[in-house]
Amino acid sequence: MKPDRTSLLLGAILAAVVLGGLALPQWTLFILTVAFAQGLVVLGLMLLQRAGLVSFGQALFYCIGAYTAGGLGRAFGTGDLFVQMAAGAAAAALVALMLGFLLARYRGIFFGLLSLALSMIFYGLIVKSEALGSTDGMNLVKSTLFGVRPDAGWVRYAMAVAAACVALGAALLTHRYLRTPLGRLGPAIKDNEIRVEYMGASVRYAIHVNYVIAATLAGAGGALAATTVGHIDPEMAYWTTSGEFVFIAILSGAGSVVAPFFGALVFGAIHTIAYDLSPNTWQMSMGAALLLAIVFLPDGLWSLFLRRKAA
Amino acid sequence: MSQIGPVLVDGVIYSAWLFIAAVGLTLVYGVMKILNVTHGSFYALGAYAGASLTGAWLARGYPPMLSYAVLLGGALLVTLVFAPAIERGLLRFMYAKDEVVILLVTYALFLILEDTIKLIWGVNPYFVAEPYALLGSFEVGGLRYPTYNLILVGLALALSAGLAWVLHSTRVGKLLLAVIHDPEMSRALGVNVDRFYLVTFTLGSLLAALGGSFTAPTVSVVPGLGVDVIVLSFAVVVIGGLGSLPGAALGAVIVGLVRSVSVHYLPQVELFVIYSVMALVLAFRPRGLFGLAEPRKI
Amino acid sequence: MPSILEAQGLNKSFGAVIAAEGVTAAIEKDSVVGLIGTNGAGKTTFINMITGYLKPDSGSIHYEGRDITALAPRDIARLGICRSFQIPQLYSSLSVRENMLMAMGIMLHNADLGGFFSVGRPNVPGHDAPAEEAADRILGCFGLAEYGDRNAQVLPGGMRKLLDIALTMAAKPRVLLLDEPTSGVSAQEKFGIMEVIMQAVKAEGATVIFVEHDMEVVSRFAGRVLAFYDGRIIADAPPEAALNDAEVRRYVVGGVHA
Repeated sequence: MKPDRTSLLLGAILAAVVLGGLALPQWTLFILTVAFAQGLVVLGLMLLQRAGLVSFGQALFYCIGAYTAGGLGRAFGTGDLFVQMAAGAAAAALVALMLGFLLARYRGIFFGLLSLALSMIFYGLIVKSEALGSTDGMNLVKSTLFGVRPDAGWVRYAMAVAAACVALGAALLTHRYLRTPLGRLGPAIKDNEIRVEYMGASVRYAIHVNYVIAATLAGAGGALAATTVGHIDPEMAYWTTSGEFVFIAILSGAGSVVAPFFGALVFGAIHTIAYDLSPNTWQMSMGAALLLAIVFLPDGLWSLFLRRKAA
Repeated sequence: MSQIGPVLVDGVIYSAWLFIAAVGLTLVYGVMKILNVTHGSFYALGAYAGASLTGAWLARGYPPMLSYAVLLGGALLVTLVFAPAIERGLLRFMYAKDEVVILLVTYALFLILEDTIKLIWGVNPYFVAEPYALLGSFEVGGLRYPTYNLILVGLALALSAGLAWVLHSTRVGKLLLAVIHDPEMSRALGVNVDRFYLVTFTLGSLLAALGGSFTAPTVSVVPGLGVDVIVLSFAVVVIGGLGSLPGAALGAVIVGLVRSVSVHYLPQVELFVIYSVMALVLAFRPRGLFGLAEPRKI
Repeated sequence: MPSILEAQGLNKSFGAVIAAEGVTAAIEKDSVVGLIGTNGAGKTTFINMITGYLKPDSGSIHYEGRDITALAPRDIARLGICRSFQIPQLYSSLSVRENMLMAMGIMLHNADLGGFFSVGRPNVPGHDAPAEEAADRILGCFGLAEYGDRNAQVLPGGMRKLLDIALTMAAKPRVLLLDEPTSGVSAQEKFGIMEVIMQAVKAEGATVIFVEHDMEVVSRFAGRVLAFYDGRIIADAPPEAALNDAEVRRYVVGGVHA
């Protein structure tokens, strides 16, 4: 089977990380890894967006992933990145499987509000939980890869490469999913749900599936973020975190499975630069960037690349 | 048994605060069909304006009893500076877009306003407690409550009575109800819908600013003040029904009492129950207890 | 000829409005039935009940001997009863060909084909060809092939109708319900459009029930006519007989409304 353009692009990005990462400073590798984590969450948002739905509660699954990773460390002393991501993804998937029965029946602003409410319920739970550290949260055990802790100078690089492998692998799988009949239903649902039902397909089922996949990605992303930053707190479930993911999703656009990672990287870059320039106006810069994106790039940054290809 | 008094008093006070904080949000949604995230910004703006102006007022030795007027004036001033500019200068170009997109525009504005506040007032906390302490306190069930809290309750009652009167007894109010029900038709009948949007947005923001301003004496005014208020207001408004003013009152009462009960008996679940009520209402009666908006539910 | 669809004593009312009263009809396999009646007479209600969109207050509907009264629209569609819409329901952001491909994709999805773990291009059930070929074939039958790359939204009214019906054909329906197939189409085009539809549909061997207001179209294409008024069937006969029926003349075709 001849690999398509997206697969090649994903492969190229992986190669760039593996090779280019050797030359990058520690702080850049850190931002890169966080971008992969956020990109995973936004990839899930993209799936829902294609079906016409915007979730304002992905932070729920991001946080579930993070606290699962934290919990594993506390209970079993496990710091293995792959175990954490798998567990985080699984926990999130399970919750989404249950919640999906309810959420798949909603559209528009009500879908957004309900997803928001669910994430705030979780926030309410963990922010008051003494066992989980309340507002202080908790620290994670040191990360390992396949049970091995890399040398101090190599940790960030190793983590970045590992994160890239998982994230880009997930993107590849998502790309394949989007080319199956079920994966293609999204735009049809967004465009004319009634038609889809009258042709015999269950819209609710399709949305439920997309919701679970999005949650799984977010859970993995949360675990990755947790172990990269080394600390988790209830803020990860707060509405502002969900808002940030939606922000990145708008910035990225839904044009390709690569777009969310690109958007997350740009977001991280703007965030860092703006904060360095002026800590008290970085939010303003972000707000302005979001406005500009909404007005001038309604299809996201990725549409710039697509336009060039078409030209 | 002896807890009931304090639970009720706390509940009433908190409900009053919630109502003032949330009613503007439901008004704006009802008329303009926008979930306005800058609502929280105006709350914060009102708090900062109220606190800083009152602080300056008291520092100059002016009569403390008039500081309440200063709180009012501060909220009014800050609203008039920002609200019309936002609505006319940006928001009105977005009305044609999808409601989720408009929400994101207001979210972007919220981010911008958060830092605007920092630029104007700095990052240090404002603590202007005199108006709060001035009125003394009263006793219920063995516990003392500052009398100032009665102002909040009074304000909430005055606002609800005032809004109800405006909507049902004045010409402007009835036109507003018409615009709520059908903007297209209203426009076709010659109603200047654009002006109504401007007035509504300004009024809604003013209500938020009043909430912030009158709360300022009771807290330390710091950056990020509006962040919690937004999501709580969302909860209140959703429970009562998006766009319904009596709904906002009912939602405020429900959330206020629920919170009060949980704070007194099981504090760990305080936030959990509030948002659970929100989720339950969305799950079983999405348009809220008094709601007008018909949700798309398959 | 055996009947493929049977409605027995269907009743449906919305408060004081009686949308269906004792509606009983047996549709023969491979027949072409025209439904006529003024607006609000109950034709669309009848179609909505058959397709599962509305549940009758009482009465039953049997399809190939099986009771389908309580089934969801989705399940009824899967059994082979499909409908087109008065206002064409298209995927407005897609081109004509993409619309058709989407319909084929849904067919593959319904049959659990072409999924995540599959390889190659599976044949769409009933079409004996992969999605692209099957789509092009149907577009060809409906004369839409040359419009393939045009956005569905910008098609002229008659073409949109044809596309709406063409999409329905992807499901290989056994019973096809057409809701006013020529409404919104100019007078000159009506017959042409109907010819294309009937040829394409009959080639697939479907039973057709169509709602029409144009009596010439009805007499030309229908083998049998059901006339509705006030929720009841007031005539059930071949076109000439039905259209000359006294009650039909009074309540449907022309003359004073009661």
